[in-house]
Amino acid sequence: MSRFLLRRLLGAAVILMIISAVTFFLFFAVPRDPARFACGKICPPETLELVRHNMGIDEPVFLQYWHWLIGIFAGRDFTYGRCDAPCLGYSFVNQQPIFDAIVDRFPTTLSLTIGAAVVFLLFGIGMGMIAAARQGRPADKIASSASLIGASMQIYFVGVLATWVLVDQLQLFERPAYHELTADPVKWFSGLLIPWLVLSIIFTANYTRMTRSSMVEQLSEDYVRTARAKGMPSRTVFLRFAWRGAMGPIITIFGVDLGALLGGAIITEQTFVLHGIGELSIKAVVNQDLPMLLGVVLVAATAIVLFNIVVDAAYAFIDPRVRLS
Amino acid sequence: MTIPFLSVRDLTVDFDTEDGVVHAVDGLSFDVEKGTTLGIVGESGSGKSVTNLAVLGLHDPAYTKISGEIVLDGRELTTAPRRELERLRGNKVAMIFQDPLTSLSPYHSVGRQISETYRRHTGASRGEARGRAVEMLRRVGIPHPVSRVDDYPHQFSGGMRQRVMIAMALVCDPDLLIADEPTTALDVTVQAQILDLLKELQEQTGTAIILITHDLGVVANAAQEVLVMYAGRAVERGTVREVLGTPRHPYTWGLLSSMPRLRSSVDVPLVPVRGTPPSLIHVPPGCPFHPRCDYQAQAGPDLCVGDRPELSPHRGHGDACYLTPAHKREIFADQIKERL
Amino acid sequence: MSDELLEMSGLTKHFPVMGGLILKRQIAKVHAVDGIDLTVRAGESVGLVGESGCGKSTTGRLAARLLEPTAGAIRYRGQDIAHATRRELKPIRSEIQMIFQDPYSSLNPRQTVGSIIRGPMEIHDIRPPGGRDARVRELLETVGLNPEHYNRFPHEFSGGQRQRVGVARALALEPKLIIADEPVSALDVSIQAQVINLLQGLQRELGIAFLFIAHDLAVVRHFSQRVAVMYLGKIVEVADRRSLYERPRHPYTHALLSAVPDADGSARERIRLAGDVPSPIQPPSGCRFRTRCWKAQDRCATDEPPLTRLDGDLDGHLTACHFPEEPTTTGHDVILDPALQT
Ligand SMILES: Nc1ncnc2c1ncn2[C@@H]1O[C@H](COP(=O)(O)OP(=O)(O)OP(=O)(O)O)[C@@H](O)[C@H]1O
Ligand SMILES: Nc1ncnc2c1ncn2[C@@H]1O[C@H](COP(=O)(O)OP(=O)(O)OP(=O)(O)O)[C@@H](O)[C@H]1O
Ligand code: SF4
Ligand SMILES: [Mg+2]
Ligand SMILES: [Mg+2]
Repeated sequence: MSRFLLRRLLGAAVILMIISAVTFFLFFAVPRDPARFACGKICPPETLELVRHNMGIDEPVFLQYWHWLIGIFAGRDFTYGRCDAPCLGYSFVNQQPIFDAIVDRFPTTLSLTIGAAVVFLLFGIGMGMIAAARQGRPADKIASSASLIGASMQIYFVGVLATWVLVDQLQLFERPAYHELTADPVKWFSGLLIPWLVLSIIFTANYTRMTRSSMVEQLSEDYVRTARAKGMPSRTVFLRFAWRGAMGPIITIFGVDLGALLGGAIITEQTFVLHGIGELSIKAVVNQDLPMLLGVVLVAATAIVLFNIVVDAAYAFIDPRVRLS
Repeated sequence: MTIPFLSVRDLTVDFDTEDGVVHAVDGLSFDVEKGTTLGIVGESGSGKSVTNLAVLGLHDPAYTKISGEIVLDGRELTTAPRRELERLRGNKVAMIFQDPLTSLSPYHSVGRQISETYRRHTGASRGEARGRAVEMLRRVGIPHPVSRVDDYPHQFSGGMRQRVMIAMALVCDPDLLIADEPTTALDVTVQAQILDLLKELQEQTGTAIILITHDLGVVANAAQEVLVMYAGRAVERGTVREVLGTPRHPYTWGLLSSMPRLRSSVDVPLVPVRGTPPSLIHVPPGCPFHPRCDYQAQAGPDLCVGDRPELSPHRGHGDACYLTPAHKREIFADQIKERL
Repeated sequence: MSDELLEMSGLTKHFPVMGGLILKRQIAKVHAVDGIDLTVRAGESVGLVGESGCGKSTTGRLAARLLEPTAGAIRYRGQDIAHATRRELKPIRSEIQMIFQDPYSSLNPRQTVGSIIRGPMEIHDIRPPGGRDARVRELLETVGLNPEHYNRFPHEFSGGQRQRVGVARALALEPKLIIADEPVSALDVSIQAQVINLLQGLQRELGIAFLFIAHDLAVVRHFSQRVAVMYLGKIVEVADRRSLYERPRHPYTHALLSAVPDADGSARERIRLAGDVPSPIQPPSGCRFRTRCWKAQDRCATDEPPLTRLDGDLDGHLTACHFPEEPTTTGHDVILDPALQT
């Protein structure tokens, strides 16, 4: 197991290096001068040169990348101030080290995505299992049609509608907002409830369908028949044998879906005006704040890569054939 | 007259499918006695597995219609409640399947798979059950059972996996063991080990065995009684000696003469059964074998396409064919014998 | 001799086993086929038997040059094709054809039977007199299918019929040699007999040579004039059918034969090997069979026995064993399986 983790972590480091390099050089391929943008409308050449120097973009690209890379581990000094390790650069638009900006916003996005993932895994897998257990009967038909409708929902639309109905009209829920978990767990929960449900709706629908078909497939496997042939009660067969096999593909797809989940989180943040990473990245695009964008991409990539390792470890935990090979 | 240990009477299994009703088993009767082995042979799709899954009650009632009687040790199984069947399976009646790789759970260690069966039916403690699992692994010839009990099925070879399956099936000392093509996926040398092992264990425990196979050689070596199935029905039944030595049904003749043997003359060509297996949705009327049979004319005009021939006589060596016993003897002696 | 069609000598195929922490590299190799000599003469059927994983299919695919050997030579009509290029192989490809085990997956489900059989003629740009369509219909008849089946799809056929389609496709180019990899293993006995009879007719009437791979010893005995027994990448015994089945000299051949259940149920000696075939990644030293052999001595672990003719054997009966069986099959039971010893 530790060998497995070591290998995966090394692999992750390599992948992140590649992602950062590609993103970095892609941004510099854009024929825009961020310094000109930062310098303002009337910008004499000397000032521009100074701004360039302050931003560290008067150096060759490779050197810039090198400094940026070193900064992550050792920190960096800008004329605007010290940027401690891990330093992802300095946002000249926000006048703030990028890492600080991200740390500020990160809990919001993390709460949103993890909460939504818990919701859709619980409901999606649960409904899928019920549908599989009641194949062809009303419960199955309801779950299947609900997932068909759910899969066609749009976050913008459902978000606005849900807020209007549940908060404005019926006043059942709190208005969506982010409160610190550590400060007030109840407020944290109630403020995020609607965003969670809205973000998870499409995923719940998909996971219901996938779980159902995966379970149905497992139920016709030989080893499930063996379990029944040795007298295991049907509930044990369903929960202990078939379920174990059905989770393999679900876990794999969950790993793949993390990117889509983050994308959904950006839209959700916009819809409910939550101040998370998504908002940060959209602002960065609008303001052409390249260092910020780079930082966000790298942090998002790191999160996805790390979660994927967790997902793979979970897979190995479930399936001994992976664990022992 | 003693009551047989397992007695199946007029068993019919129909499946509702999109294409129509599949008559997988149609009026099948047979008995199995304790301590003996019944071989069931027949081509693919003849209903061998369906019959035995019906004995265990493993068909999905949603689209399966089962009628007839299955009486095990005086208990009627077709009408038994689900819970009673669950208590019976793996305990009084156990089953092993063709492909030991897919039939064992890849997610649980072999020790766990064996011991959970034992615990389920005996209420033994974890420790006791584990000890029992080790003992069973030793009995089926797994080397170093103590260190292998926590291994997973994919860490065993094909033959060893089938031994694990057997250990699991026998852990509660069942009275009836149904082995559905237990050696088809294995090499001959391993097949011989497994067949010997089953025989050995049967001698120790007196278990009744139903051995499903399509290999007449396996039946000859491992069974005392044979049932030849065609299109969901029994076409011939008797002792191994009777059925393989003096077969009476044209389909059995076909099976025997299409099979190359280690000792037959290589110059005698194989004589296959012509045509293709019948549809089980539109089963041929009369004798289901008639579209492929060369002896209808001898049996008498239109007899074979009229009513369905019954298995007769009721006891001993019986077959379901309209040919007269004299005809059968004559055809076998004149034409079939020299092909074997 | 001029009638030697295919000659394999010292033929070896090792498959790499990859592994490693980050960068994949070769950490071991599978000795799938390890220096075998085997000849197929024109018009002859040579059987290849052995347990699962012993390298039969690999040998077949090497012989058809679908695989490139690691070492050794493959001579087809005197020409070494072991490392021939695609272009050099092209004329030979039409003369050596393969038939596979699985009649379900080896035919494209979206093509009609007619176009499946036409395929090879199109690839090799062969225009038979009377046209390709007429030839396809003729081939369908040869393999016992109705020419009207031309426009049907594979799923409309039974297993035996599909295997016939596979045979018709192989015949389209008028091959001299057919490599049949377990062509009847997936079929029911009666259908198996139909296909065997069909192949036998082709061998007799069209003079096609066969390398016939199977694990069923009785089927091989029925179909092949010469039989080679493989164990773990090596040929351990090869002989004329009569000689091999009646006077087997290698203990493994002997064990194999005694394990075949026979429908006449007559008592024969029982030889029960222990365990299964060892891994071809690390085959045993010396004689590869020694770990399961009841005759093995110290020498078997150090010296590899050569495949040679033993005293008292017919010409062409070769055995690779230091302590061969007596040339009679009179029985003695050998039980090595601990579970069977009471
Ligand atoms: N669940 C099912 N639904 C519909 N048809 C079925 C079902 N199970 C089996 N059948 C059909 O019933 C027939 C008998 O099947 P069965 O599995 O008993 O054959 P078998 O004699 O065991 O053959 P084999 O030697 O291939 O295992 C086949 O035609 C099969 O397609
Ligand atoms: N492409 C490959 N890569 C790695 N190993 C392979 C490859 N093909 C075959 N092998 C290995 O080579 C050995 C011989 O395989 P081969 O398929 O020739 O055996 P076989 O005698 O045909 O067995 P079977 O009776 O099961 O078909 C096996 O151990 C197999 O796992
Ligand atoms: S009853 Fe008629 S068709 Fe059936 S096996 Fe006998 S002779 Fe043939
Ligand atoms: Mg079956
Ligand atoms: Mg093979």
